[in-house]
Amino acid sequence: MQTELADFARQHADGPEAADILRACVHCGFCTATCPTYQLFGDELDGPRGRIYLIKQVLEGQAPTERTQLHLDRCLTCRACETACPSGVKYGRLVEIGRELLAERRPRGWRAQAARRALAWVLTGGAFAPLLAVGRLLRPVLPMRLGAQLAPARAAGTWPRTPRARRMLLLAGCVQPALAPNINAATARVFDALGIEVLTVARAGCCGALRHHLDQQAAAREDMRRNIDAWWPAIEAGAEAILVNASGCGTMLKDYGVLLRADPAYAAKAARISALARDLCEVLPPLVAALAPRLGPAVSTRVVFHPPCSLQHGQQLRGVVEGMLVALGAQVLPFADAPLCCGSAGTYSLLQPAVSATLRERKLAALTAPRPEVILSANIGCLTQLSGGATPVQHWIEWLDERLR
Amino acid sequence: MESAVVESRPEVLAALARILPREALLVEAEDTRPYECDGLTLIRQRPMAVALPQTEAQVVAVLRLCHRLGVPVVPRGAGTGLAGSALPDAGGVLLSMARFNRILAVDRRACTATVEPGVRNLAISEAAAPQGLYYAPDPSSQVACTIGGNVAENSGGVHCLKYGLTLHNVLRVRGYTVDGEAVEFGSLAPDAAGLDLLALVVGSEGMLAVTMEVTVRLVPRPELARCIMASFADVAQAGDAVAALIAAGIIPAGLEMLDQAASRLVEPFAHAGYDLEAAAVLLCESDGTPEEVEEEIAHMSQVLRAAQATRIQVSRDEAERLKFWAGRKNAFPAAGRAAPAYYCTDGTIPRKHIGQMLKSIQAMERRYGLSCPNVFHAGDGNLHPLVLFDDSDPDSVARAEAFGAEILEESVRLGGTVTGEHGVGMEKLNQMCSQFDRPTLDAFAAVKRAFDPAGTLNPGKVIPSLHRCAEYGRQRVVGGALPHPELPRF
Repeated sequence: MQTELADFARQHADGPEAADILRACVHCGFCTATCPTYQLFGDELDGPRGRIYLIKQVLEGQAPTERTQLHLDRCLTCRACETACPSGVKYGRLVEIGRELLAERRPRGWRAQAARRALAWVLTGGAFAPLLAVGRLLRPVLPMRLGAQLAPARAAGTWPRTPRARRMLLLAGCVQPALAPNINAATARVFDALGIEVLTVARAGCCGALRHHLDQQAAAREDMRRNIDAWWPAIEAGAEAILVNASGCGTMLKDYGVLLRADPAYAAKAARISALARDLCEVLPPLVAALAPRLGPAVSTRVVFHPPCSLQHGQQLRGVVEGMLVALGAQVLPFADAPLCCGSAGTYSLLQPAVSATLRERKLAALTAPRPEVILSANIGCLTQLSGGATPVQHWIEWLDERLR
Repeated sequence: MESAVVESRPEVLAALARILPREALLVEAEDTRPYECDGLTLIRQRPMAVALPQTEAQVVAVLRLCHRLGVPVVPRGAGTGLAGSALPDAGGVLLSMARFNRILAVDRRACTATVEPGVRNLAISEAAAPQGLYYAPDPSSQVACTIGGNVAENSGGVHCLKYGLTLHNVLRVRGYTVDGEAVEFGSLAPDAAGLDLLALVVGSEGMLAVTMEVTVRLVPRPELARCIMASFADVAQAGDAVAALIAAGIIPAGLEMLDQAASRLVEPFAHAGYDLEAAAVLLCESDGTPEEVEEEIAHMSQVLRAAQATRIQVSRDEAERLKFWAGRKNAFPAAGRAAPAYYCTDGTIPRKHIGQMLKSIQAMERRYGLSCPNVFHAGDGNLHPLVLFDDSDPDSVARAEAFGAEILEESVRLGGTVTGEHGVGMEKLNQMCSQFDRPTLDAFAAVKRAFDPAGTLNPGKVIPSLHRCAEYGRQRVVGGALPHPELPRF
């Protein structure tokens, strides 16, 4: 599809990139089938092909209203459409640019802006852990589902402190250490068992995705630069990789190079960060043979693995975790509609609670249909979203960690 | 192509707003423009309004209202059609049936499924899979296209050579005529008394009735299916191999061809393992019991070798077979990797002329200065040349349209037809003038009038007007010698 960029879009740093992405779209509509919101609403405007049209209208200079805003806000950015797209349209990037342009062309009201700023501040700052603690204390008086999701976290256990010859950085994350501190510790223990030391750097914080998806692109770039500065000494000292055990954050790290390409001071470093970023499932498979003898029998062998969208679509890592789990003795049960989002999608679950709750119900129904003993996943957002039901939920690295002997 | 100015009638919009909830009625240009075309982007038109009903009562109410006020109605499914059959009308309502997406029943013993019109083709097979059944017609867009659209277009697919088109796999269609009157075509019995109106409504491109419910036939999943990928050094040899297979009495479960340009387009997405050095590859499938498949694959291989195949590779497992087909099924949109737009035509010719036709298309590529990969249902002689063009360049658009038109004219000249399965829609109106004489077109129009006397249900599609054919005839005389001097002109 051809786009006649309006003057403002032509002069915008990302306008020409958006036009390039649009060129690849031939309007076939194959994407609509895999779009969770198109399935819910049945409206072209709530599917990728219609949103592409809406973004194209903005780029061509037509004044958008709150309806274009609504349809772009309803997009989960799950990127299932990218996996389905035969012509290779980079929809995820396009919708990011579209949202950024829209926020400039049609700023949100002050309430919405304030709410988004507050959300980013609470989730990524020091206030989250104390607030979570208060929420957990109030569990008895909270509605059942919310109460269930605020269940006390698994204790983190010990963090191995043995120096190893091989060292890798770990993105500690922002909400994850408070919500599920055991995930990072479990990661460190499994890698320690393989002779790899996992390092975290205190000054590194949120990967930037939270602000990036809340119309705060400049602040997101601040997050990225802060992390780069925090990690740089360890990288220069020979850290092999930056491990990520939350696939949403992994997708973001892999985009640092693109998002900071116009920053002369950081472009090269950002590209290096993106090149070093690895989901756990990109590092562990070659080490399975070494890991197997260190593992005892599993408590639960009948498992389902919910592949986060950021893993299967964002990072295009499909079937890798499942293969590894099977190799390590799990019975990974198939379930329906695996490509569809669970409705978590970062802050989406807070900003679009109705859509998010419907998608959660559908996902839980599909995941529990084969009667698994445990639901495994790979992203803190999905883990939180899917928790609170009858079937326990955990990160697959915790499932492995429990078996270490 | 230029579109007409939208005629907005406030009294119609006000009446629609009384019938439909707010989120089920789109009237602002911002919201209706994304509906301005289906899978054929060459022709676009914004409708006066888009209706997204959620209940059957709302569908009936919209139809009655529009009928009373003389407002055209264009039904739409997933908008994946390639002939513009769901192109909106400037003064009309686009009636989206996408929200009717429930599977009502799967009957294992009768081998049928009853579904709403907005159910996706593939979703029927997925729902029937636990019973060991599937819905056989499999258009390439099956992941997204709806059964309502399949009924409208009489869609085919890679497996229709053996299993038939939509028509052969639908038992019953329930719907409404343009004035909101309930109608039912066909029956659950193998045959229905009276005239076979089911055969009339399947393929009527939404001009006779709006489909509300469909009962389809399901077939047992074959025990085994394997697919041969045969390479050829020349497209004409591949075309001749197709004719040789059929002449040998073989009816493959699927028989498809991709020329080199097409397989190179799709390989980066599908990783199907196509032979990218071959001038053309044929995909030839056998299904049945393991014994039947083994015997048939051997027979097919022998015929293909005799027809100069340079390499024969048989799918080793189900994953590889599905990859072979994934490449084929994603070939059209993969064109987006090579050009900003494509125009896929649908001419169908006798199989014996495939080689000759492909050579003609190669000559046209040079003449029009546009490339045209070919990927098609070779077993049916159903061509799908993909003319690649740049939609920002009016000259490129004009050349693409002329290129497509010449392919269709050539199809008719070789004894074929202008459409195999995509329908006529808006796209092939001109070529209908070449294929049919006026009395035949008048007979088509009389059938349309029997269902829709005022002509407001999907108007202007499929049957060209006298005026249009006269214009088209004049253009072609100006453009060069008449292609069919034997045909009457108007």
